[in-house]
Parts: sequence; structure tokens; C-alpha cells
Amino acid sequence: MFAALDSIWHVGLPFAQTDGFWLPGAATTDPAMDRVFYLILVICSLLFLLVVGLMTFFLVRYRRLPGRKAEKTATQNILLEATWTVIPVVIVGVIFYQGFVAYMRMQTAPPGCYDLRVSARQWAWQFIYPNGHIDDNLHVPAGEPVRLTMTSEDVIHGLWIPALRVKMDVVPGRYTSVWFRADKPGAYDLLCTEYCGDEHSSMLATVEVQTREDYDAWLKDAANYLKTLPPAEAGKLLYKRRGCAQCHSTDGTAGTGPSFLGIFGKSQKMADGRSVIIDDNYIRESILEPQAKIVAGYQPVMSTYKGLVSDDDITALIEFIKSLSKKSPLRAPTHSVDRGEGQGVGK
Amino acid sequence: MDMMVSSPTPPKSYLVDPPGLRSWLLTRDHKRIGLMFLAVISASLALGATFALLIRTELTFPGPTIVSTGHIYNRLFTLHGTIMIFLFIIPSMPASLGNFVLPLMLGAKDVAFPRLNLASLYLYVGGLIFFLLVLVLGGVDTGWTFYAPYSTSTAAPVVLAVVGVFILGFSSIFTGINFLVTIHTMRPPGMGWFRMPLFLWALYGTAIIQVLATPILAITLLLLAVERTVGIGIFDPALGGDPILFQHFFWFYSHPAVYIMILPAMGIVTEVICVFSRKHIFGYKFIAYSSLAIALIGFLVWGHHMFVSGQSPLVGMIFSALTFAVAIPSAIKVFNWLATMYKGSIGLAPPMCFSLMFIALFGIGGLTGLFLGSLVTNVHVHDTAFVVAHFHYTMAGGALMGFLAGLYYWWPKMTGRMYNLAQGQISAVLIFVGFNFTYFPQFIVGSRGMPRRYFDYTRLLDTHPEFTFYQILSTAGGFLFVGGLVMVAFVLLRSLFVGRKAPANPWGAATLEWQCSSPPPHENPPAPANVGDCYVFDDFCFDESAQGYVKVP
Ligand code: HEC
Ligand SMILES: [Cu+2]
Ligand SMILES: [Cu+2]
Repeated sequence: MFAALDSIWHVGLPFAQTDGFWLPGAATTDPAMDRVFYLILVICSLLFLLVVGLMTFFLVRYRRLPGRKAEKTATQNILLEATWTVIPVVIVGVIFYQGFVAYMRMQTAPPGCYDLRVSARQWAWQFIYPNGHIDDNLHVPAGEPVRLTMTSEDVIHGLWIPALRVKMDVVPGRYTSVWFRADKPGAYDLLCTEYCGDEHSSMLATVEVQTREDYDAWLKDAANYLKTLPPAEAGKLLYKRRGCAQCHSTDGTAGTGPSFLGIFGKSQKMADGRSVIIDDNYIRESILEPQAKIVAGYQPVMSTYKGLVSDDDITALIEFIKSLSKKSPLRAPTHSVDRGEGQGVGK
Repeated sequence: MDMMVSSPTPPKSYLVDPPGLRSWLLTRDHKRIGLMFLAVISASLALGATFALLIRTELTFPGPTIVSTGHIYNRLFTLHGTIMIFLFIIPSMPASLGNFVLPLMLGAKDVAFPRLNLASLYLYVGGLIFFLLVLVLGGVDTGWTFYAPYSTSTAAPVVLAVVGVFILGFSSIFTGINFLVTIHTMRPPGMGWFRMPLFLWALYGTAIIQVLATPILAITLLLLAVERTVGIGIFDPALGGDPILFQHFFWFYSHPAVYIMILPAMGIVTEVICVFSRKHIFGYKFIAYSSLAIALIGFLVWGHHMFVSGQSPLVGMIFSALTFAVAIPSAIKVFNWLATMYKGSIGLAPPMCFSLMFIALFGIGGLTGLFLGSLVTNVHVHDTAFVVAHFHYTMAGGALMGFLAGLYYWWPKMTGRMYNLAQGQISAVLIFVGFNFTYFPQFIVGSRGMPRRYFDYTRLLDTHPEFTFYQILSTAGGFLFVGGLVMVAFVLLRSLFVGRKAPANPWGAATLEWQCSSPPPHENPPAPANVGDCYVFDDFCFDESAQGYVKVP
């Protein structure tokens, strides 16, 4: 019985191997999803042709002509009813079984997965690597099973990598996970499929599938940029990588959040009527506790970066924002950031 | 509405008897209420279709096309979805056509609770006003699904929209209660359950869902409003709530709701296919029971919207299996319809055109549902344009086509005027071609990497340069499709002015509503003492002088 079911599996195979017939090219050599997809596609097309074919045939053959009347035929036939009940039941049974088996394979991560963490927020992905590096793109070693453990900082997002056929919602307040094995080195799209607000459609990242050596080399390098770049440059990278760019411009146009252009040292009006001078401490607070002071005219939609930025990161970000003010700041920072304060997590 | 009644026979039509605007606004006549519902839901359809065209135009080219930001685009698709679902499809067939036809089909004086029926109309208008308010205040941007915690955190006037849906829910419940009670208690002697026209079985199944499922939506949305206004943590994890719970609650209503939309359409198609094939329905009991089966199994499949929400694989498996189970009754209906056409004498008047379009389009919608019911393929196509295409094939290709079939079918009865049949057929062709151009490309882009609710697909073009081509096709189709709808409106409204007077029975149908004059008099004529089989057409002959069918004893 099951052997028979399994041979049906192969119906979709020829399609699954023609890259890009209907589905996009896969980054894996075992596209279990594709076979089921094409199997259903074949079944669907046949059933559709059957129904519409019969309908068209009847329409032409029995069209209303002067002088011809409808013939009396049986109005009920249990055998016929049973036939067109049982056959669809068998067909959907097969589809269900195939879909379920492939799904369980997709759900059950093999032991020894390479683990990465994912943190999603409006509207950026952050991929957290074992050595603590956080990147806005997903780099994975080719040919190894990789598991992503994901959570969201604000609303629900959905992680989809079409080339790997995986998708999973990323939910605040809980962890979800997916695993995959990408065999073919290259760059692939990663996008958000759960609607999450204004910039939902710009919440994209790239999956870089690299050979193990390339991957290791990249990871070692990437983690070092804070030490190798001048702080303002590093801050600029962070500004892009941590998704600040989604809400804050550097050219003066207001987005979801205020622009960073020339704000350092200026006085900013808050929603409660107070005014605050934008200095190092205010920026630090804005990053770690964005809800503490809300800028007038904006929604409190920025969620905290606590745990996702180190003190060094914050310093770099501050330097970057400073560098966007042409004139030198009106006031020097009143006191330096104390590592012992316990607010920032850092490592 | 100051038309006709040049008929020599005394009883005046319900359109003018009693006269005056006041008598319309306070009417308890189901025929008038049905007609007024038809007017307001058509206005909603026009509004929803306008938003649809704005969405389509925006997506034609990558990057901002007519609106500048996702902020605006997200409002467009939310309003399109909420208006089409809550203000158009759900009330479309039951409240307008069903309301008009149901008591006539039973030979009953009215529905069981005429005042409740009127209240349902006013609640609908109330809900509509809330939506217009939302529109004026800048619209909402949650999608019609209102997923928390986005819906509890966005600045848009979600509470207003939610209250609007809440009110519309009660309108729907009232209609459902009315239909249930009317069908149970007001069938004429001699019309047992299995003598009822199958449209009534469909309405009966629909009413069960309306009455049982809608309260769940109402309470869910109320909880959402409470969370937003008072800050009690129910769905938002930041307040200790559970966002997945919202999805369970929401789909527990919203999946059955798709059967509120599709069952009446299936009922209409059943009637139309028999009448226009001049054949007795094949497999009456199977069609009747399949309506009930759909209504009941439909309650058990909501989790198929949540396969990638983080729900456990075991639960996913159960929902997948049940989802496939609900496909069977629909398949049974289709095969019975085909068997009914076999050896018939098939005429292609507009109602039949739309019914056949229903079979083809709903066929594609249903069959692509297999991709979504199957777990592994669902993961890939969930939340993509593939899903958008799928549910438009079922909702627009199914429910809307059924509605149009019914509208063309009962229009002569409702208004007393015949429309131009050839023009009606042209509108069908426009809609069919336009429809497929609009939605078929979305199956392709969806499975290749285009998510739904996506303002800007520029960044997908590196890997998928072909997307723009499909989007252009889709937009062109969209305009053709809406052009076809405009033509329907034109054909029907034109008939009011230049159409010839409708005979009592233009199509030769045997159900009771066709045995009284067109339009019917204020007092519904009682059912004949001996209600026969409503699918036997032998006694109806076309009469040249009346330009309609008459019964020959
Ligand atoms: C989801 C959009 C969003 C993201 C992402 C975001 N912010 Fe914000 N940010 C806002 C909004 C909205 C405000 C204004 C309201 C407020 O004060 O909370 C704001 C305010 C600020 C302010 C105060 C600005 C002023 O003019 O007073 C700073 C500084 C800031 N953000 C820094 C950052 C940094 C650094 C990042 C990246 C690590 C970031 N933000 C990411 C939305 C965002
Ligand atoms: Cu998103
Ligand atoms: Cu569903």
C-alpha cells in the first residue's frame, strides 16, 4: 500500500528536475516540496481538463436547437455517486499522505545542526552568529544542515526563503524554528511574508550560501569590523545592518522616525511638550529604551535594541549620528558611558 | 422606482404598493428589503472594486506607481479586503437575493421575523457608516485579518473598523436566524425537506454558519477593541497575551465564513443549471447533503491558515486531513451538475453563462486549494500571491459569479423588466477573460517568490525579472474584469428604462417564485395546494405571445 503511494511520488520528478518550469530554481538538491507540488499540478490539470472538457462537450453536443427536447435520464444513481465520491477521496488521500510525509521531513531537524539565531523587527532581519556577530544578511555554510531559531521584537513577521522552500512565522514572545540544507553556493532572496506594516515589502535580506572555508573566513572578518573601522564608519554599517535605515533617513526626510541629519546637539521637542537636547546619553536612551521619550509627531513604534547592541555598537552609532551634523556639537557630552551601568548588555 | 404596472390584472406590484418613500424605509416586506440590500451591497461592490483597481494599478510597475508609500498602499488593500468580504460577499447572496426569493419559493407570506429582517438592513447600513468613517479618518492598515499584535499597536483607527465589522456581524446573524426559522416552520404542506429547491438547502447551510460562527468573530473583535482601549493583555505578548490565540479565534469564524460566501452561490448554480438544461436535477439528495456537509466540516478546518504560524505539526496534520475532507462535497456537487447537463437542451442565457463560468473558475480555485491543503506545499505558497489568486478564484470566480448568475436570473422577477440577453452574454465574456488575466499570473508569481500584501517588488526583480510582465498582464486583466462588471450594471439598469416587460416565467423554471407575476404583488401568492417536484419542466412550454413560459396542464 505504502509502496504504491511512494511510487506516485515520482510523478512529479521530471518537473522537479527541470529547473524553473513553474517553481523558482532551488538551492537544495533534495526539493521534496517540488515533487509534491508538481504531483498536485499534474493531478489538478487532469481533473480540470476532465471537468471543463465534459462541460464543453455537453454544451456543444446538447446545445438548445429548435425541435430537440431534453431527453429524460435517470435522476439518481448510487453507483455513479459512489464512484465520484470514492475516486476524489483516494486522490486527496494520496496528496495528503505525500504532503504530510514530505512536511515531516521538513520539520524534523537532523541532529548536529549548525545553529543560528534570528531576530526580526520592523523592518529588518538580524542574524546572530555563534561568535556574537550580528548581520543583516544570512550567511550559511553549504551542504550542512542549518537551524534558525527565531523570535520577533515587535509584531509577527514571516521568514521565507523561496529557493529553500522554507517558511515560518516569526512571533514575538516565543521561538519558532526552521532548518534546511543549502547545497548550491550562491545568493538567494530571503523575505518577510507576514504583513508587518509600512515597510513590509522592504524587509528583505540575502542568503549567502558559501563553502565552509569561505564562510569561516567571512565570519571571522565580519565580527572584527568594529575594531578595524573608525567608529563613525562602523556606526554607518550598524545603521544599515541593524535596520535603523528603515525608519531613520540621513538626508533630512522624515520617515517612520525622525531623520538623523544634523540632529546632534539640537533641541528636540517631545510629545509631552518637554524639550530635550540630543546628546550622547539621549541617543543611548533612545536606542535602549525608545519609549522613554517620544519625539513629537511620531508614533512610539521603535522597539528596544536592548540585548542586540553592545556598548561599543552604541558608541559607534553615536559617532555616526554626530558625523551627520556639519557643525561641531554645541556641547560636549556631559559624561561618558559607564560600562558598569548594566543597561546595555554587550559581551 | 416609478415604473411599470400597466398590467391589466389588478394586484399592483410590490414596487409601488404601498406607495411612498416612507413605506419603503419602514417596510417589512422581504422583497423590498432584498431589493434595498441589493442596492447597498452593489454600492459596496463598486467601492471595493475601486480599491481593487487602485491596488492593481499600483502593482503594475515596480516601485511607487500611483501611491508614494507602503503606508498608503497598505490602507488600500485593507479597505479592499474588508469591504469586499464584510460589506459585499457575505451579505451579497443571502441578504439580497436570498431575502427576495426564499419566502416566494416557499409560497410563504414573508420571512418568519420581518422586523428582524428590516433591523438587519439597518444594521448593515450602520456598519457601512462606520466603514465610511474609517475611510474619512485615513483608513486602517491591518489587512482584513486584523492580526495581533500589529492591530493592537498600529496608529490607525482599528477600533472603529472593528466595531463596524461587529455591527455587520449582527446583521448577518439576523438574516441567518430568519432563514433557519422560516425554512423550518413555513414550508407549505406537501413540501417536505427533500422537496425544497436546492437553493434553500444552500441557504439553510449558510444560515447555520452565520448563526454559529459569527458570534465568535464578534467576541474576538470585541476582545481586540478592549485590548486596544484598556490595555488588557489578551493577544499582545508585550502585555502577556498570545498572538496565536487571535489567529485561532479569527479563523474559527473566517474559514466557515468562506462557505457563507460560496454555499449560496452553489445553490444558485444548481437552480440555474437545471432550468437552462431543461433537466431534472441529478442526485438531489447528494447535493442537499453536501451543502450540510460543507457547512459542518467547514467548522473543523480553520487551522489550515496557520500551518506556518508555529502551530504543532500534529495539529497541522489533523487540519490538513480535514481540509481535504471538505473538498469532497464540493467535488460531488460539480459532478452532479455535469450529470444534470447530460442530454439536456442547454440554453446559454446570461444566468447559465455565469453558472458555467462558476464551474470553471471555482474549479481552478478548488483545485489550487489542494496545494494549500497539502502541508509541504502550503509552507511554500502560504502568504504569497498564489494564495491571493486561489481565494480570488473561489471568492470572485465562485461567489461573485454565482451572485451575478442569480442577479441575471431573478432580475426580471425583481424588477419586472427583461434585459438584453446578448449584452448580458458579452458582459460574461468580458468578465471571464478579464478575470483569468487578472488572477492566473498571480499563481505563477506567487509560487516563484512574490509575497502578498507587497507594495514594492523592485528588489525581487534581480532574481525574477519576469515579474513585471505578469503584473502588467494582471492589471490589464483587472481593468477588463471591472469593465465587465460595469457592463453588467449597464445592461441591468438599462433594462429598467428600455427593457420589455418581463413575463411571469421567462426561463421556464418550476420553482414557486416564477408562478406569480413579475414583479410579484405586495402579498405573496400562497403555495398551491399540491406542491410538485420543482425540477420537472415538462409542463412548461414557451409561449410566443407572452414571450415566456406558461404551464400547460
Ligand atoms: C520601526 C522603526 C524604527 C527603527 C527600526 C529604529 N527607530 Fe529610532 N525611532 C523611531 C521612531 C518612530 C522614533 C521617534 C519616536 C520615539 O522617540 O520613540 C525614533 C527615535 C529615535 C531617536 C531619537 C531621535 C530624535 O530626533 O529625537 C534615536 C536617536 C533613534 N531613534 C535611534 C535609532 C537607532 C540607532 C536605530 C537602529 C539601531 C533605530 N533608531 C531604529 C523608529 C525606529
Ligand atoms: Cu513583513
Ligand atoms: Cu480556510
